Amino acid sequence: MAIAVPQTTELDISQTIDWLKQKYPDAVHDDTRQGFGGVVVDKSMLVEVAQAIRDDLGFDYLSSATAVDYLGISDHMEMVYHAYRTTGGPALVFKAQTDREKAEIPSLVDVWLGADFQEREAYDLYGIQFSGHPNLKRILLWDGFNGYPMRKDWQEAYFEQEHKPFDSRWPGGWVHRAEEKNVYGKNVRYPDDIDLARLSDTSEATLYSGLGLGVDVQELESDGLQTDRLVVNLGPHHPSTHGVFRMIVSLNGETIETLEPVMGYLHRNHEKIGERNSFLHNIPFTDRLDYLSSMGNNFGYVLAVEQLLAQGARYQPPTYRAEVIRVLMAELTRIVNHLWSLGFLLNDLGAFFTPMLYANNEREKILDFFEATAGSRLMCNYMRFGGVFADLPERIHSVANLVNDKVRDYNTMEYLAQMITERLPRFLEEYGRLLVGNEILRERTINVGVLPHDLAIALSTCGPLLRGSGVAYDVRRADPYSIYPELDFDIPVGVNGDIYDRFMVRFQEIHESLRILKQLLPRLEQTKGEEVVTKVGHTPRVPVGEAYGRVENPKGELGFYVVSEGDEKGPQNPWRYHVRAPSFINLTALGPMCRGYKVADVVTVLGSIDIVLGETDR
Amino acid sequence: MSQLDLSELQSTEFPVPDELQGNLAITSISKLYNWSRRSSMWPLLFGLACCAIEMIGTAASRFDLSRFGMEVMRGSPRQSDLMIISGTVTKKMVVPIVRLYNQMPEPKYVMAMGACASGGGPFKEGYNVVSGIDKYLPVDVYVPGCPPTPQALLYGLIALQKKIDGQSLANMDDVPWYGVGPAEPTPIPVLGPDIIDPRQMDLIRRQAQMAVQGKQFAVGELPALPEKKAEPKKVEAKATAAPEVAADMDPVKAERMKKREEALARKRAREAAAEKGE
Amino acid sequence: MYGQGIAKGLWITFKHLVNTYVDDIRYAGRKYVSQDNFQVRQGPKSQGAYTVQYPDEKIAVPERFRFVPFRVDSDYDDPERPGQDWCTSCGICAKVCPPQCIWIVRGQDPNTGRPVPQPEAFFIDIDICMNCGYCAEFCPFDAIKMDHDYELASYDRTSRHIYDKPKLSKELRYWKTIAPTRAVEEMEARGGWDHKDVQKEKAKAEKAAAAQKAAPAAPVQTNGGAASPAAPAAEAPAADDAEKIKAERLAKREAALARKRARDAEENGGA
Repeated sequence: MAIAVPQTTELDISQTIDWLKQKYPDAVHDDTRQGFGGVVVDKSMLVEVAQAIRDDLGFDYLSSATAVDYLGISDHMEMVYHAYRTTGGPALVFKAQTDREKAEIPSLVDVWLGADFQEREAYDLYGIQFSGHPNLKRILLWDGFNGYPMRKDWQEAYFEQEHKPFDSRWPGGWVHRAEEKNVYGKNVRYPDDIDLARLSDTSEATLYSGLGLGVDVQELESDGLQTDRLVVNLGPHHPSTHGVFRMIVSLNGETIETLEPVMGYLHRNHEKIGERNSFLHNIPFTDRLDYLSSMGNNFGYVLAVEQLLAQGARYQPPTYRAEVIRVLMAELTRIVNHLWSLGFLLNDLGAFFTPMLYANNEREKILDFFEATAGSRLMCNYMRFGGVFADLPERIHSVANLVNDKVRDYNTMEYLAQMITERLPRFLEEYGRLLVGNEILRERTINVGVLPHDLAIALSTCGPLLRGSGVAYDVRRADPYSIYPELDFDIPVGVNGDIYDRFMVRFQEIHESLRILKQLLPRLEQTKGEEVVTKVGHTPRVPVGEAYGRVENPKGELGFYVVSEGDEKGPQNPWRYHVRAPSFINLTALGPMCRGYKVADVVTVLGSIDIVLGETDR
Repeated sequence: MSQLDLSELQSTEFPVPDELQGNLAITSISKLYNWSRRSSMWPLLFGLACCAIEMIGTAASRFDLSRFGMEVMRGSPRQSDLMIISGTVTKKMVVPIVRLYNQMPEPKYVMAMGACASGGGPFKEGYNVVSGIDKYLPVDVYVPGCPPTPQALLYGLIALQKKIDGQSLANMDDVPWYGVGPAEPTPIPVLGPDIIDPRQMDLIRRQAQMAVQGKQFAVGELPALPEKKAEPKKVEAKATAAPEVAADMDPVKAERMKKREEALARKRAREAAAEKGE
Repeated sequence: MYGQGIAKGLWITFKHLVNTYVDDIRYAGRKYVSQDNFQVRQGPKSQGAYTVQYPDEKIAVPERFRFVPFRVDSDYDDPERPGQDWCTSCGICAKVCPPQCIWIVRGQDPNTGRPVPQPEAFFIDIDICMNCGYCAEFCPFDAIKMDHDYELASYDRTSRHIYDKPKLSKELRYWKTIAPTRAVEEMEARGGWDHKDVQKEKAKAEKAAAAQKAAPAAPVQTNGGAASPAAPAAEAPAADDAEKIKAERLAKREAALARKRARDAEENGGA
């Protein structure tokens, strides 16, 4: 075969699939299920095919890897991988199927390092063994937890019914608390064969394995002098872990040798609950993922479901004004989030509260706008399939209701214009003077926590972390959605990939967001009066299929993998609802980034990743 | 009865022992003591989930917790008086929370902020979620909302201050920390196959024995919703409640009262059935 | 020069400090008194810190603000149905509730056992409620709304955190006060301040009244002023009406069928 294939890395998706099928005729097949796409790869050849996908075809970025349990449909489990090119373009979806009883799939950690945590999550929640994974332990739950909760036949103690709405709520809905149904009065269930004689806390058993604790006697003899390696637990209750996050750090003197993130302290079962919820029910739940940027989460989820809805008839895409409002909200959210994260990065550096309080002052003004528009400061629940909840209000005004209530009344557009064109730019300029030149900040951050750009891609990092390492990858440009193609903005990137670069990327992203917002203001005026409220009702008929919607959230690429598949009544609930959480996957890079730096740098590096635990643990 | 009833001068509504009746000094010391305590509640710097963001928002300059002497958020439980459970408590996290609570010095207060901390919230059905921190710790104030706005949280804190104001040095039940010996620590839950509360070990053992005998394990007898049973009671309730209500109320209110009475009767019946079930 | 950046930053913090007090001077000590000052202080033009002195001054929440839901009753002095439920116990709120915190017992006629459009009991567990506002958004009768009262802290949740019907019920006038704009919008959509059902009844009654009015008028015109027996005259228009309604219904049905055909064709074409 001497004919050189012209640039396999530039083939489009259908050509890529053809190429793959040609090269691996026995291992690669089309996914022929209705509404599904991509290819199914035989699991024995998975690693080889994946390598070809990465090297020959140029899909160097593994966005998402997740498991699906098709119990009752085809009775197998499936790993679904979404790979992208960092140069842009749509996803190559490939899947590997395995038996439910003895679930085993070869690990792809050697191909994409970023598969590490995602495979551990699939092991934790689905019990799929990944052969070849170097560190296959539970990640969200504790060791010794009984069963694999995301499997379709696993039920929690408060389990009531397979699908919402529950029958007990109406018409004969006499209220009771779920506790009343359990003998323990809690949502606990113990296995029949619980061994009460030998009951101990098993949750920490494997956490410290592989850390090489204790003095190595042989080395002591040869070297003559050796200090103990010290293992320090940071978290889960620690002021600078941004929530309930824990790191086990082993130190040599003050230098970090290994760092292992331990998470799951806020694992509140989004995905399990999400598979019981109807499609609509999930929107307010997405608010609680990245609770600093709820608008962005809404956006990603509605995009995923709209992809599915668009496959059916009688679906009207959102109007232009609805799109403008969505982008407006997403960019305001980006500002809110970055202000918060910059403030807290400085907090982690020891600049206690002043930068945070200044940033929070501006944030509160934007939250006021959210509150007037969507109804809540944090949990906006604003977007709907095919539109938004309501148009922007004419005036931001309130009515006194309680004693001592003080009323405000502003014109919404004036308020927005003042914020976008005057207040925020002025604040940013001042904030820049306050921080950017600060010597302490520079010395603490420049050349600390360096993440080289090829490693950043391999680890599937995203958002400012990836861009700080010099990779100009932004979903808004690489795989555009909504009205971003017609907007004029730049993607700031760093050079060295250190904390300072990430800090500056965030800073400049606020500027770029403001630039976008300035372009949105005239669009909002032009489209005034256009309908934005959706006609999709509360129980939309979602066609069978799969969809992966992703947005560039402030923290990075937020993806929702939604499978619509159902019983005889038709799909009312997502069969699978997976969140590709940027904070979770970015943490894969935490260990490599901290190695060799001082223990005081750990909190700074963590602060520069900008995690939020609601999304990390889901 | 003497002409001067000193008890009227005591502003606390709490019972004062007989021998101290009319002793004004106690109440004013109590007042001073309560005032100083409630004006310097130091919360534990401790955020769990979404509500923590609102908690930080409350501490920031717009809502400014320092107006209540609460701005000193301590990282160490040894220095804090108040634990704000701000967010969803998971089974994995409740272990450190109980440990932290045990490390806090008396007097200590717990506030459940938001729906999740109070009763599990929207995530109640989750397999890793503790449906309410009050299953493990005594909670002083519940602040509903998802999340409570900063003002709602401030209202909750003021409610807690009022609660402290109501405590009296004269009543040992109010100030147990001056009692003899150290307080019993709350037993720390164990993460086994599922979370195990040491206080429930007996119950678990009993259930395990039942499982050996072939009975279903760890599934409560559901309190059968006695709608059929409630039917006759409904009639009774109507018969008894209706006439006395109707006498002095306008018909709409009476109707509402009647319905409420019926609902209450049914609720009682259900509770009775539930108790029988246990 | 080393330290310049730090010095610059310190200058900015100092300016911030001064700014807050400059504000005090600008308002001449009336910062916390006047309503207008509050508005400026909390608005986008404010400078320095803008603390809200919470129990003494509270930020009134905007109209769309949502906290725990409440149920709308007619006003107690409503002429048509004083103090009655707007809820018809259709159960849509319970269905769209994401965490399933709404419990409704549909009312039953004690004699016939048939469902009546009024809930017998209605509960919301506010320890589960996530304040998402779906119930209010999707209620077809505007019978459940999101409350603005956030001051709900309590010392005991076992007895107080499941809200029952009396606790949830508030009068329509309360909704009109807390959300005047939206109340008016909803009224316009509904066609009047009354409940949808009352609207319908009224419309029906009006139609009937109009028909009755038309009844004596019609024969007068057709008969050219000749006196005619009342009974047949009344009957004739009634029959006319019935026919008219029938024809209307048929036309509507035809139109709907046509629409459906078009839709089907479109669907097939799309697939």
